[in-house]
Amino acid sequence: MAYSNDARKFYQDELNGIKEAGVFKEERYIQSPQAADISVEYPEGAPTKEVINMCSNNYLGLSSHPEVIKASHEGLDSRGFGMSSVRFICGTQDIHRSLEEKLTKFLETEDTILFASCMDANAGVFEAIFDDRDVLIADRLVHASIVDGMRLCKALNESFKHLNMDHLEKKLQTYQDARFRCIVTDGVFSMDGDTAKLDEMVALAEKYDAMVFVDDSHSTGFLGKHGKGTHELKGVLGKIDIITTTLGKALGGASGGCVSGRKELVEMCRQRARPYLFSNAMPPVVVAASNKVMDIIMSTTERRDKLENNTKFWRKGLTEAGFDLREGDTPIVPIMLYNAKLSQDMSRDLYDEGIYAIGFFFPVVAKGQARIRTQISAAHDIEHLEKALAAFTKVGRKYDILGKGKNEIIEMYGL
Amino acid sequence: MDEMEQVILDYVIDEYLEEEDEEEIGFDSPLISSGIVDSFSMVSLKTFLERKYNISIPDDKATPEAFDTVRNIAKVVREFTG
Repeated sequence: MAYSNDARKFYQDELNGIKEAGVFKEERYIQSPQAADISVEYPEGAPTKEVINMCSNNYLGLSSHPEVIKASHEGLDSRGFGMSSVRFICGTQDIHRSLEEKLTKFLETEDTILFASCMDANAGVFEAIFDDRDVLIADRLVHASIVDGMRLCKALNESFKHLNMDHLEKKLQTYQDARFRCIVTDGVFSMDGDTAKLDEMVALAEKYDAMVFVDDSHSTGFLGKHGKGTHELKGVLGKIDIITTTLGKALGGASGGCVSGRKELVEMCRQRARPYLFSNAMPPVVVAASNKVMDIIMSTTERRDKLENNTKFWRKGLTEAGFDLREGDTPIVPIMLYNAKLSQDMSRDLYDEGIYAIGFFFPVVAKGQARIRTQISAAHDIEHLEKALAAFTKVGRKYDILGKGKNEIIEMYGL
Repeated sequence: MDEMEQVILDYVIDEYLEEEDEEEIGFDSPLISSGIVDSFSMVSLKTFLERKYNISIPDDKATPEAFDTVRNIAKVVREFTG
């Protein structure tokens, strides 16, 4: 037998090691559509429990929107279930191209190419565009998929301190001898909810002849006045050379991602990006529904406006209750707890109170930076947030952390 | 302490610590196992050393273990500077 007892024992020990380290991830079974109110079976076999979801990426509340569901049914009926092909053989339908065109128009770029996910877009884009004559200079907290994509590319992988523009400038000065320089950043950083200084980055890029790459997965659809993303918020529409983003969060949340930007760079992806060339075209049902999502968000800002108001309400409520929050104005609102066990204990108690919010700790965030990350949605009504606020306050009081800052919490619970 | 170790320590402090960081690091402080430097940002350090000392460090020598303290990093550099 090729899968020997030694091999099995090795992997069993590895998995036990993960469990002993307290970082074993378990999945909770949701027995309802994605929404503000969900039915959850947890632990496995337990009766389902109705809880308020405070940790999804369903920022615009479009994951189960009736018009989106209707469009997916129509797409299924008119274009079928699967493509059974990559895009360049026989996997491109008219609706794939129309979705790319809508994304281009919405993001105000030159062209767009769809990928199976934004993970795939990030894995493929760098290698398709850059080589060993180039240098990629990334914020140190960029998403793991960008790190992977950079590693797959022969360009020099450099980095700068999180949000530190002086450090970025030094790096740009150091590499003036490279063929191309590219500044790489997330638009909104998913663990902290803070925002890249894209205006300053574009200025530096112009000064030091560099391109700018932004992964805007946690802002496309709602950041900026029309929800176009971080580049709209920071006043640099049309100045970002490469945007990657996802259809798997605010834009309906099913799956899919894209590279959008300078038309030559997009075309290079179409010709050379390996995850694009070697994975199936997005399924018609998802593409049809995503087209509808784009129609909705381009016709009204109602949902991003509601999200903005919800976010303000939530941040204000938590602040007044005395929680230690990461500063910011995005719907990602981390409640800082610093101690990993405290984040797990509070998450469990919140679940008992009917609130689904997850604790994050090392290695997902830096050591000593454990937190509960909450994410606000336009699917939430104020009543949801009031109920959640009452539960957070009750649990916060139990652990006596209300009104306490970093040092006091660490003093009580350690790191 | 020698000059090379001081140069590397100064670089590490400037490159990886934030101004508000309270921790102090020395020649034997763990850098990677402590989380100050991760495998992604370690590339900056390797590139700095290669440019500064005009050497090329193969990837199999620039391991997280070999790069865990300033003193050990200096040892790796000396292997290639002769």
